[in-house]
Amino acid sequence: MSSQTDPAAAVADDGAEVVTYREAIRLALDDAMAADETVLLLGEDIAKAGGPFKTTVGLYEKYGADRVFDTPIAENGFCGIALGMALTGLRPVTEIMFSDFLPTAFDAIAMELPRWRFMSGGQTSAPVTVRASGGGGGRFGAQTSSTGESWFLQFYGLKVAVAGSPQGAYGLLRAAIAHNNPVVVFDHKAMHLRKGPLVRGDDQLAEVGKAVVVRPGADVTVVASLLMVHRSLEAAEALAADGIDVEVIDISWLRPLDMETVSASVGRTGRLVIAEEQYHDGGWGASVISRLATAAAPLATPPVAVSMPEILISHSPPLEDAMIPSAEQIAEAVRSVCR
Amino acid sequence: MAATSPQALRSWLEQMVLIRLAEDKVMEIYMQGLVPGTVHLCQGQEAASVGAIGALTADDWLLCTYRGHHHALARGMDLEAFFAEIMGRDNGACGGMGGSSYVIDASLGMIGSPAIIGAGIPVATGAGMTARLRGEDRIAMCFFGDGACNIGAFHEALNMAQLWRSQVVFLIENNQYGEYTPFRDSTALPPEAPIAHRAAAYGMAHTVVDGQDAVAVHEVVSQARSRAVAGDGPTLIEAQTYRYRGHSRTDPGAYRPPGELDAWKERDPIAILAARIGVADDVEGIHERLQREVDEAADRAAEGPWPTLDQARGYVFAD
Repeated sequence: MSSQTDPAAAVADDGAEVVTYREAIRLALDDAMAADETVLLLGEDIAKAGGPFKTTVGLYEKYGADRVFDTPIAENGFCGIALGMALTGLRPVTEIMFSDFLPTAFDAIAMELPRWRFMSGGQTSAPVTVRASGGGGGRFGAQTSSTGESWFLQFYGLKVAVAGSPQGAYGLLRAAIAHNNPVVVFDHKAMHLRKGPLVRGDDQLAEVGKAVVVRPGADVTVVASLLMVHRSLEAAEALAADGIDVEVIDISWLRPLDMETVSASVGRTGRLVIAEEQYHDGGWGASVISRLATAAAPLATPPVAVSMPEILISHSPPLEDAMIPSAEQIAEAVRSVCR
Repeated sequence: MAATSPQALRSWLEQMVLIRLAEDKVMEIYMQGLVPGTVHLCQGQEAASVGAIGALTADDWLLCTYRGHHHALARGMDLEAFFAEIMGRDNGACGGMGGSSYVIDASLGMIGSPAIIGAGIPVATGAGMTARLRGEDRIAMCFFGDGACNIGAFHEALNMAQLWRSQVVFLIENNQYGEYTPFRDSTALPPEAPIAHRAAAYGMAHTVVDGQDAVAVHEVVSQARSRAVAGDGPTLIEAQTYRYRGHSRTDPGAYRPPGELDAWKERDPIAILAARIGVADDVEGIHERLQREVDEAADRAAEGPWPTLDQARGYVFAD
């Protein structure tokens, strides 16, 4: 299973391909469409142009105009259309481009998709996947740099996934598409060109609601999402030199939130750091801390959250860099919980 | 018209009487404290739903609205399930989860009835796309009101529906008021122009029909249905009608000019159809029989149990 479109992809020693994160997204869509003819894609510039983030290159040519739709710039409309398709037997995937465009489709995603089945008393189901690319670092400014990952957590009825690696991007998206409920899947723009190992296949769907321990460690638990997974791994490498053994968890699902994995880890380490590219209040990181606190988890020191300062993101490089938690900040937080 | 049998016309008349009596009953049980929340009634609008739904096949899908009791009943929903849903009971059509604004039976092709204005218009467009992509002889019939024609979802969906030749028929039940406001006070149109003319902006077929005349509505919906399944695109139909009651239960409709309601009642949809098929004298007999059915169904509905929190939990996610 070699990639036909990414000349940089190579076969790793363990049999996995090495692909970019965005290629993993593209491969997930490709494999999902090959596995199930009811899967179809809707989004802006995703058909003939191959997608603004090149996550659909070649799919229009491979699957045709009845499976890959270039939509108008009308997110609320085409997410509602996706709902209608899903109610009648199809499995649409909508691409929202920048996460910051999700609010234009708020009614469809937040108010219709998660409540439709409930209001019908379980008579209908809405297997829609909504994809969005978020996150800072691109110097795109205040309206195109949010991760958006926690925005929908108060809209019960949606499941929410966050991809922290090529394998996560692939497995989470495959799982979302196969799932019989609406799922919002976030990826991070600044990771699109990062490479990592990927094992593809119809047996590589992520388990819904399962976090991934990406680096085992004994001293401190760091729970992270998206780009913060990488920065946490960088921090862990630096801290290893100081003799601090960090466990890094890629939370992967914000709903359902895998407290079992987090609690087990914290139960061993007794120390917790959250690394999140979002404001802390109202986000998944605050939920993790709240759930541990209400369960009386035995923490040796108070938990620390490394989050965005309460300012807005600017395109100005030093300002944007100051907004997004760095590996150094995460490392400092880890040291602080070890004192 | 030629294709409509006397039996069909008779059946439509009975449906319209049933809807009228059922809506009056909803008000009655509301006043008895059996209906939680509020209700949005449709007395006066019976012809638009009965005429349109009479033009559909059993395979067609329907998208309705929070003012959707007439759609459910015209499509043949079980009366007990109808009343029980409005009462929030477990024996309701949606297990008591939907309430007055969301009374659907998916086994009858009713796939949704959102309380959010205009939200069903893209959804119907999507269902119509499924029919087109599968090459099926079915459509999505989308009902909404004049008030929905100013929200973005209307324009976004009409654009894509026409662009992609979705097999959908849009029917505006223009009952003259968006909530408490006359539609011309909220809807930019050339003087005297109908809302349906907005379809021209999208190159979409459109027509205006007397919404008090079930036969006329049936005719235009039949034509629109044929166009849609032939791949010729959607149609925006405006059925001009009137809401006898206020917007919701607590609204007496005091903003309406004197005489307006009486003038519309002169053109009552039930009377128009009864006169057309020559059974005006027989309507009383139909009333008596259907009133019994309505009363008995409402009584049975009220005996249903309340749903449990465990049941509610089970309705959120599919397996």
